[in-house]
Formats: sequence, C-alpha cells, structure tokens
Amino acid sequence: MLSATDQFTPTNKPSESVNGVTVRLAGDSGDGMQLLGSQLTNTSALSGNDVATFPDFPAEIRAPRGTRAGVSGFQVQFSAEEIFTPGDGLDALIAMNPAAMVTNVEDLKPGGILIVNSDSFEEKDLKLAKLDKNPLESDSLEAYRLIQVPMTKLTRTAVAETKISAKLADRCKNFFAMGLVFWLYGRDVEPTLRFIEAKFRGKEDVSRANRLALIAGWNYGETTEDFASTYQVPAAKLEPGTYRNIMGNQALALGLVAASQLSDKQLFLGSYPITPASDVLHELSKYKRFGVRTFQAEDEIAAVCSAIGAAFGGNMAVTASSGPGIALKGEGIGLGLILELPFIVMDIQRGGPSTGLPTKTEQSDLLMVMHGRNGESPLPIIAASSPADCFNVAIEAWRIATQFMTPVFILSDGYIANGAEPWKLPEADELPPIEVNHPSSGEKPFLPYSRNAQLARPWAIPGTPGLMHRVGGLEKEDGTGNVSYDPQNHQHMVKTRAQKVQNVAEVIGDLEVDGPDSGLLVLSWGGTYGTCRTAAKMCAKEGLSVAHAHLRWLNPFPKNLEDILNRYDRVLIPELNTGQLRLLIKSEFSANVEGFNKVQGKPFAVSEVIEKIKSMLT
Amino acid sequence: MSTELPVLKPADFASDQDVRWCPGCGDYSILAQMKKVLPQLNVPLEDTVFISGIGCSSRFPYYMNTYGLHSIHGRAPAFATGLKSTRPELSVWVITGDGDALSIGGNHLMHALRRNIDINIVLFNNSIYGLTKGQYSPTSKVGHVTKSTPHGSIDQPLNPISVALAAEATFVARSIDVNAKHLIATLTRAAQHKGTSFVEVYQNCNVFNDGAWDYMKDKATKADNVLELENGKPLIFGGGKKGIQLNGFKPEIVSLSDVPVDDLLFHDETCPNPQLAFLLSRLQHPQFPEPIGVFRCVERPTYDGEINRQVSAVMEEKGKGKLSDLFSSGDTWTVE
Repeated sequence: MLSATDQFTPTNKPSESVNGVTVRLAGDSGDGMQLLGSQLTNTSALSGNDVATFPDFPAEIRAPRGTRAGVSGFQVQFSAEEIFTPGDGLDALIAMNPAAMVTNVEDLKPGGILIVNSDSFEEKDLKLAKLDKNPLESDSLEAYRLIQVPMTKLTRTAVAETKISAKLADRCKNFFAMGLVFWLYGRDVEPTLRFIEAKFRGKEDVSRANRLALIAGWNYGETTEDFASTYQVPAAKLEPGTYRNIMGNQALALGLVAASQLSDKQLFLGSYPITPASDVLHELSKYKRFGVRTFQAEDEIAAVCSAIGAAFGGNMAVTASSGPGIALKGEGIGLGLILELPFIVMDIQRGGPSTGLPTKTEQSDLLMVMHGRNGESPLPIIAASSPADCFNVAIEAWRIATQFMTPVFILSDGYIANGAEPWKLPEADELPPIEVNHPSSGEKPFLPYSRNAQLARPWAIPGTPGLMHRVGGLEKEDGTGNVSYDPQNHQHMVKTRAQKVQNVAEVIGDLEVDGPDSGLLVLSWGGTYGTCRTAAKMCAKEGLSVAHAHLRWLNPFPKNLEDILNRYDRVLIPELNTGQLRLLIKSEFSANVEGFNKVQGKPFAVSEVIEKIKSMLT
Repeated sequence: MSTELPVLKPADFASDQDVRWCPGCGDYSILAQMKKVLPQLNVPLEDTVFISGIGCSSRFPYYMNTYGLHSIHGRAPAFATGLKSTRPELSVWVITGDGDALSIGGNHLMHALRRNIDINIVLFNNSIYGLTKGQYSPTSKVGHVTKSTPHGSIDQPLNPISVALAAEATFVARSIDVNAKHLIATLTRAAQHKGTSFVEVYQNCNVFNDGAWDYMKDKATKADNVLELENGKPLIFGGGKKGIQLNGFKPEIVSLSDVPVDDLLFHDETCPNPQLAFLLSRLQHPQFPEPIGVFRCVERPTYDGEINRQVSAVMEEKGKGKLSDLFSSGDTWTVE
C-alpha cells in the first residue's frame, strides 16, 4: 500500500514565492486535460489561493486525435490576491502534443515555462498538427523555457508493474503531467489521491497505475535538472469563512434548491439536454432529498411547457437551456407571460447563431431574451456575473418571479457555467425566506386577474375550493381573466404587463459604481464582470479616471442608471457580441456610449480591455 | 366518521362562459357527456383540471367550472405532464384535436403515451382544421379536397388509434360524439384507468367537413359499419349477423350463418401484446366495420407515480436534505 507521505517527498530544491500563476493545460480532447485542470483548481483552492478557471474544449466528444480541431484546454489562475479572471498571459503551458502546443503557445508570456510531451512530436504527430517541421528543433520557441519531457515513455515505465495494457498505460500520462505540475507549484496531492481512489474504485490496477504516474511526474520534477526551483503561491487573503470551489451551473442548481427551500416550494425542472446547460439538469437530478423533481422532456418546447404546467400547479418551476433551445421555447415563454405565472428560464449562452459554437462562450442572446417573442412581451432579465454569483442570481430571480407573478430570465454563459471560483458558503439559516401566498378563498366571484399595488395577480392553484378559474393564451379581460377582444382592454393589458415589469426596478436596488464620478465609465453585464473590474482597477491605479459599473438586471434597468450615465464624459460597453446592451442603452438614454466587441467564442483578456480604455483616453 | 363529498350534478361543471362553437358542432355533445361523466367520478370540482392546446376543441376548458389551462398549439400533454408530475392527486384531462395532437403536437402525444403519465387525453377527430377555416388535417383521407388541397390531399393519413398503440399507450379507445351512452361509458373507463388514457372521438365539423362520420351514425348504415368492442366477446356486427374471423394474419368478414361464433375473433383488451389491438385499429371503412370501444387496457407504472416514488424513496433512505449540508458537500476550506 502506497501512502502519500512516503511517496511525495517535499522538494529539496529552492522555492520561489510568487503572487499568482496562470497555467494552461492543453492536449487532445481525450487526454484528460479537463480532469487535470479541475484537480489543479481544486487543490489550489484548498490551499487557500483565490482561483478562476477557463475550460475550453471542442464540441466533438473525440475530435480526430492529434489535430488542431481536437485540442482541449483548461486554464487556471491561482493567486495570493483576490482575482476576477482566469488570467491573460500564461506563466506556464503544458502541451501534450504538437497541435496543442502550436494552438496555445501564442498566449505564453516571454520567458514562460513550456512543458511538452516530447514523445508525441514524431513525424505522424507533426503531420496531424499540419506542421512541416518539428518546432522543438527550430528556434521558434526561443522566447520560452522549453522543457521536453518524454511523458509517454516515462509513464509506461512507471506503471509497468501493474501490467495494465499499453493503451490504459498511455491514458495515465495526464496524471504524470499532473504530478509534475503539482511538484512545480508545491500543490498538495492529497485531494487528488482521494479523487483517484474514489473515481477508480473497483478498478484497482487502473487506480494504482494513475497513482504511480502521479508519483513519477512528481519525482521527475525533483530529479530533472530542467527545474532549478519550484514556485509557491501563498494563500490569498479572502474574507473569513468556509469556502468551496464551485462552477457556475453547480451554483445555479444550489441556488435553485435554496430558493425552493426558502419559499417552501417544491422544485420542478423541465429540461432538454443542451450544451452548456445540461449540467443544471445533472446537478438537480441528484437533489431528490430536497424534493426536487426533474423531467427530461422530449424537446425544448415540452421542457418549458411542463414547467408552466408545474407553475400552474403551485410549484417552483424552472427550465434551463442555451440559445437554440430558448429560441424554441419562445412561444411557451410568451404564454407564461400572459398567464402571469412565476417560473425561471435559464439561458446559458453559447456562440451563435444557429448551432454556432456549442462549447464556446458568447453574450449574444441578450436581445433574444429581451425581444424574442411575438407581441409586446417584456420580461425581467437578470444576468450572473461569475460562477459563484449564479447562486445569488437564482434566489433573486425566484424572489422577483413570485413577487411579481412573472417568468424571469436568468442569463449565464459557457464561461461562467464551466468556470470555477471559490464560493464562500452562506449560512443557511441566515438566508431570508421568500414569502409566497396562495389565496385560499375570499371574495366571490374570484378575480384571477385582480392586482395588488405592484400589479401582481393572485396565484390561485388547483385544489383550492371555490377558486376554479381558466387561464390561457388569449387576451384576458383585466380582473376576471375571461377571454376579451375588447380593443381598450388589450391596450390596457399590454401596458399593465409592461408596467409590472418596470415595477421590478423598485426592489432591485441601485446600480453601484466602483471608481471616480467622472471621466470614463466601463459598463458591463454578465460574465465579463471580472475582466472589466480588473481592467478598470488597473487603469485607475495608473491614475486614469476610469470607473466601473456592472448591470445585474438588464430588464428593468436600475432606476439610477440614467443619472450615472450622465456623470461620465464617455461610457465604454465591452460585450462578447456586436453591441446588444449598447443598443438597449442607446435606445433609452442619450449617453456618449462606445462599444468594445468581440465574437471569437472566448472571453476578453484584461489586457484587451485596458488597451481599449487607454485608446479612448489618449 | 364519514366525510361525504357533496353530490355534484352536470350543471355544477358548467362555467359562466357562453359556449361559442358553431351551432350543430359535435363538440356540444362531447361537452354535455363530459359533464355527465364527471359527477360520477367523485372528484371535487377544484381537483379537476382541463388542459387544451389550440383549435376548436381546445376552447373546451373555458366551458368547464374546473381549473383550466388553454395553452399553445399541440403542447397540452407537456403542460399536463408538468402539472400531474408535481400534483399527482389532481384529475387531469387533455382536450385536443386531430391537428393539435397529431400534427403540431405529435411529438408530445407520443411521449405522454409512452411515459404513461396518469392523464386522460380526449382527441376530437373531425379530419379537418376548423379554427383556421378548412384545411386538411393529418387524419384527412387521400384525395380530400379542402382550401389548401384544391386538387385533393396527397398525404397518407394517420390512424390515431394505431399511433397511440405504437407509442406504447396503456389505454386506447374510440367513441362517437353523438353516441351519448357509448361516449359516457368510454370516458368513464378512461377516467378510471391508471395511466395515460387515450380516447379518439369521431366528431362532426358541420361547417368544414360535414358528414365525415355519417357512415358510423346513420341508422341505415351504422349496423354494418360499426363494430362495438366488448372485452372477451366475439367480434360481431351487422345486427348480429356478421362477424370478424382471422385467416392467418388477415381479418375477414364472415356471415354467422356460415361460421360458428366460437370460430370468430374474440376481443381481449388486456392482452399484454398490442398486436390484436393494432389489428383491430386497422379495420377501416369501407372494407371493414370500424371498431368503437376499448382497444387496449393494460397496467404499467405511471410516470407521475414513479417520479414521486423516487423522491420519496431517496428521502426515506437518506432523510430530508439540509441546506447547510448541501452547501458544504465536497471539499471545503476555512479562511480564518
């Protein structure tokens, strides 16, 4: 029996303390890079670093081996300071083959560490990567600290004693790479050893082989003369509390469960699998202990319709999808809007249009969720700003949905959904309850479309004696809810529904600004929060008059938005689309707005935003 | 101690809304029979929900003094699935038509049936689009001349009963709008069945497809054209003079003067295998009399039963979840 302590000897080499490190792991989509990345993230978070990750993988499950299209990457920044992004330039790149190296090396800082599996740079590998000559033998990599490690051979040797097949042995090389990276950054191997034990339970030889590979990688670092020292990243000074590492879709699921408990409502998810939203379905299907019912519907339309059926029955109903699915749900969402029933629609955005870039991030569904339904059909829209923020957003969305009797959109994106960061665990007892009322009887006749001061109608549910009523997609007479074709009533109802959504602005609070009261304002929404906040702070540090504000609610806008916009000479709106928030802002306010737009399926780099800000100020 | 339910009458199920179907529409009879069926079920008004899609038949919920949801085209089974999964104690009815259920909503019908969610689906089949004023439907016959098929329909029609059987339905029946007694009996059986009940009702659209089912209704022809199914009984029609016999896999009409009753095909609605029911569904006018009654009635776990059973089983095994445990699941660390 191996034990961690006797196999993973602490390094005897000198250790250099650094503030933060950005590492990218790149290999074939079958190479286990995502697993390696999530282990590195987890162990870094457990050691007290602030972490932020950016997994980046192809849509194909197993794209052709060794090709550039098949490269899967995972970037993680771990830091001794509070960070908001997975980092720009890489301090280290681990490339498992030539395709992974050439598609990622551009992002490596000059002088950065480039670790390659030199066994995979043979002629056939170079051909698959469409390379004429071996870059390891040219001077194209001179700017970097190239470290060639024959990982395949070393891994095979390390696991030989388990007598597993060559194919299985080769699959262990990501653990070899992991061992090396863990050694280099002084990471704790314990959590990963526990992971291996749990993951490969019942496959003892594979479990043992992965462990041996991990040890071999670690020892290689200690032995090789390529590394003179290791790096240490001290713990970050995070707010006191208990933390765990969390991904956006996990946090959404937890937030939904919490909201259901806080409102004492049974949670029902109707959903159809779609990247990158499926994890919401996977996560919630595990939470039966919390009374969660999950329904994998036959299609996106049935998913939203089943949710509306559950909402009609008095449940906390939700549906989750991505752009193509939301497009299909449009008619159902419109029905939910005219029924004035509370439920949540989550759009985990990805690159579009059409099938677009399923595994890549984008913010291009804002106008669809804002306007993409027939008729006059406004709905509240809230956007998550980071993985951990998804938890709060889910609770807030449900609070608004029930308070105003309306469907509410949650916008997230692939970057948030799959990205991870430390989440400070809330005190469950301190979360404020969400009050939900159902009329039990009352005046006769019952008026299902009577309204309170905020214009919300009563949520009378089947099973309640005396309150039988019919609702539907035909225009309603205000008050009775009976079908009405009256022209004045229609205009009144259109205005009433719009006003109700505007009333949400009364309870969502003011927009906060970080930075000076004049100069340039960076206005962001959704997953670009971290990048924009970091960029604005760095510019401010250099003495530039740059402030940052982040919109949480996209509909309605916070009441003080206009005042804030008027304070600044110029407003910069960076978005991962061609200017959708900018269009909404310009249509409502007369601010001097400029866009900074990128649609490449990947997030902004902090440096890009800084560059843009500086170009506007000089 | 007895908690007697108030005795409900058909009139108790009428809402205050004026019924707005065309005068003479077959829907009136179906509405009337439904109001007679419901009081017999001992389900309170407030525990009954009607859900519909879009089409003439889908106005049905507005006319019932129960809870009702007039939804969007073709999707009623999906709404019903969400409702019944979370509120299994409710009695949920889906009212749909041939276009709503078999064209735009074909997918949802199929999946509701295979899941066997405990709802009752009543499909008003008039073989025409009425609300959009007279286009052919998925059950219109080849050659049917309509507004959208001036040269006759070229689409092979669907047979709703065959579709339901292929979709693993556990209860499949057919009735006729104006055959009050038979319709009441059929709807009652549908309501009693645990699982998805599918009832096709031949319904006359007297404006756009008048007389489509006259061969099943006219005194002069109905004896020869209607085959009333009774479980365990031989297939006899034509005023007791004719029967259906099986020759290999082929059904044949025989005269009872030539063939003893014992040699006829006998109906078995509980047959686990749906082949007999499917064979019966293919008996079509004018070659054969068309069966009415229950084609298939078998037991299978329901979707709503199972989804709630899984939740209860996990809760029983592991106890009700606590949020604080949920939050801290996985690896955590503490910052002092």
